Amino acid sequence: MTTMDMTPVTKDGGGPELNKRRRVYKPNTKYIPILATLFLLVVMYSTGVANYRNFDDPSVIVNLFRDNAVLLVVAVGMTFVILTGGIDLSVGAVISLTTILTATLLKADWPPLVVLPAVLLLGALIGAGQGAVIHFFKVEPFIATLAGLFLARGAALTINDESVPIRDDMWREISDFRIVLADGVVTKPIAIIAILSVLAAAAVLAWTRFGRNVYAIGGNADSALLMGLPVGRTRIAVYTLSGFCAALGGVLFSINSTSGWALQGNGMELDAIAACVIGGVLLTGGSGFVWGTLLGVLVTGLIRTIINFQGDLNAAWSRIIIGVLLFAFIVMQRLVTRKAK
Amino acid sequence: MGEQSPVLEMTGIRKVFPGVVALDGVDFRLFPGEVHALMGENGAGKSTLIKTLTGVYEIDGGEIRLGGEPVRISGPLAAQQAGVSTVYQEVNLCTNLSVAENIFIGREPRRFGKIQWGKMRQRAAELLARLDLDLDVSAPLSSYSLAIQQMVAIARAIDIDARVLILDEPTSSLDTAEVAQLFRVMRRLKESGVAILFVSHFLDQIYEVSDRLTILRNGQLISEHRVDELTQVQLVEKMIGKELAALEDLEDKAQSNRERSAEAKPVLEAKGLGRTGAIAPYDLTIHEGEVVGLAGLLGSGRTELARLLFGADRADTGEVLVDGKRINLRDPQVAMKHRIAFSSENRRAEGIIGDLSVRENIILALQASRGWTRPIPRKKQDEIVDKYIKALQIRPADPERPVRNLSGGNQQKVLLARWLITEPRLLIIDEPTRGIDVGAKAEIQRLVAELSDGGMAVLFVSAELEEVLRLSHKIAVLRDRRLVEELENTADVDADRIMQTIASGATS
Repeated sequence: MTTMDMTPVTKDGGGPELNKRRRVYKPNTKYIPILATLFLLVVMYSTGVANYRNFDDPSVIVNLFRDNAVLLVVAVGMTFVILTGGIDLSVGAVISLTTILTATLLKADWPPLVVLPAVLLLGALIGAGQGAVIHFFKVEPFIATLAGLFLARGAALTINDESVPIRDDMWREISDFRIVLADGVVTKPIAIIAILSVLAAAAVLAWTRFGRNVYAIGGNADSALLMGLPVGRTRIAVYTLSGFCAALGGVLFSINSTSGWALQGNGMELDAIAACVIGGVLLTGGSGFVWGTLLGVLVTGLIRTIINFQGDLNAAWSRIIIGVLLFAFIVMQRLVTRKAK
Repeated sequence: MGEQSPVLEMTGIRKVFPGVVALDGVDFRLFPGEVHALMGENGAGKSTLIKTLTGVYEIDGGEIRLGGEPVRISGPLAAQQAGVSTVYQEVNLCTNLSVAENIFIGREPRRFGKIQWGKMRQRAAELLARLDLDLDVSAPLSSYSLAIQQMVAIARAIDIDARVLILDEPTSSLDTAEVAQLFRVMRRLKESGVAILFVSHFLDQIYEVSDRLTILRNGQLISEHRVDELTQVQLVEKMIGKELAALEDLEDKAQSNRERSAEAKPVLEAKGLGRTGAIAPYDLTIHEGEVVGLAGLLGSGRTELARLLFGADRADTGEVLVDGKRINLRDPQVAMKHRIAFSSENRRAEGIIGDLSVRENIILALQASRGWTRPIPRKKQDEIVDKYIKALQIRPADPERPVRNLSGGNQQKVLLARWLITEPRLLIIDEPTRGIDVGAKAEIQRLVAELSDGGMAVLFVSAELEEVLRLSHKIAVLRDRRLVEELENTADVDADRIMQTIASGATS
């Protein structure tokens, strides 16, 4: 049988020539969203400096890390999940559960060095449970983590629906501890922990097999499986990590406010997702960087700072601006990925 | 090939799916340094056999030996570790990752747990150089063509120190030069002692590159041969298990009805129809009872031309006349209203809905044209569907079976049935016989001939020249996204004549 696609055509040459023809230069589109966010951040900061007095004080930037430490830690965990193409709605509720449980256990005179690992482990276990349900029963991450959200929130409210103060010495000492960076510029330990978590996540994503498997699964999970990658293990690990980060966020919250409250962190899952998206992490998975998430958190934080400086604007305006930005960034991602194809 | 011991020996392989015995005591041997073609019609059990080897399915009976040792292949990873690598028809890589990563992911060179990117890129470049490829290994895979992606998949496969390399329909989306390059790579691998299992629907390719072949039919082993001891005709007969009389018969039939259609009325006329970047403006008239064949290389604009006639893409110049009246073809619904049907080339992505049953798939277009508020009574549905299952010989003849469980050829027939029940006046079929077996091909060709006898106008798009020649009254030849020649299919027109036009672009 003669097939036309088979018959040699004299015009096309051999191997090396063919390769040259295929070698088309394309700019690396995966950096565009993150550069756009960086640009936005610089513009916002410059606007702030130009319009408000004392905006150029270094403590404005340093305080961004302090005020958004919890969000940053949670968003780091969320970044892993979104990179695999999933989503974790339970993190806000896990924060609530962690803060109220920490406060309650400390009030019952549990040793702080037992409470700390215990609540972190609980967060990781909740995440692992959700990951297992998602993997073994092929449940949509949205549904599985929504169930997790209700469970954790309900458990938190059952423990205590009122705010519980923390009087433990260790918690208070960490809470009161100040790190002097420069003359008049101080920060808290929770900011350092948040920054360390970003650094650790960046290293894991860029340099470990686990990190690369996360990208592979987000790119094409079926292919990843056929390439012999541990898809199930990686997926469960990602949700475990997210649960752990949420619990760590809860601990940072309880340190910062020296109290626990079952409604703490309500809705923070959505802030974390927004930060990831603004930072250029593709919701369909497989593309994005934890550095982008960091920038995303800083952008949302800076919006709040500017509104504070303005003074006469309602805090609700920060939500409106974040909403507008989200739209803009999702549309931009769509345009960039379409061009890449 | 000398008498060495086989690297892979499968004996008495049995695989049962609910209601179907997919493999029934199949034996298969593969020697080091050979290219071995696995032959059979769609549904013969080729894919199932391959999937038992790659660990996608577990066997229900029989034994697999690799290098003389019995093995149990429990999953894709286990298969790779045992030295069996597979490159699938659809490239199964992650296009968001770099070329180097796609080759090495899961086996990245590491020191103290940290991936050594520099070393990885260097090794990737070396490996690709062995395949005559010079790529930017840090570029994302998505920036390369499908053919290059496939080569990258092969590079990945051979780096696993594969003893057995399975190439499942690797050539179906490649052009001529790319196929030649793939064959060079295959020969090189063969020389280095790799055993290659090769599956392709193109018989010429099988004969060009393979040493031996094994034929399956209906889940059973038919025979194993050296390629040089079997002619193509004998091979096809063994695959379909009947004489080629069916095909010959069709030849006569088509020959005779080529004469007619002289005074038939035009059904559709395209005047200066074109779309920038897709197809240059063209004129084309299709008459009642006429089969117009579209010939041209892959990427010459065959599909693009057809899509404009169905309104699947919007033309930016020209007009379309149906029965001499101009119509505004803004979307496929307009085309359907004028009883134009389009059976897509890409049956998986654009046509067949795998989870719906045969009946639901067939009834879909008719129901859509009636509007969803007027459901077709179930009894009527069963009647229609039974009729077409019989007429097209869809197998298994079970209207309630999900379509995804059917073989490619039968899925194509279901798709055809879907459009036929809407009683179109013009049927556009894009590559109806691609990736399906010889027997089903003959049936679909016969069907097209019968339909045009019954007065239906058909636009037949196919990569196989002989098929176009056999069926068409008129042939339109495309080259570089331009309709370069239109010729009546008279006795002196043959494949060489058309190839010349395609190669030179000459217009007469």
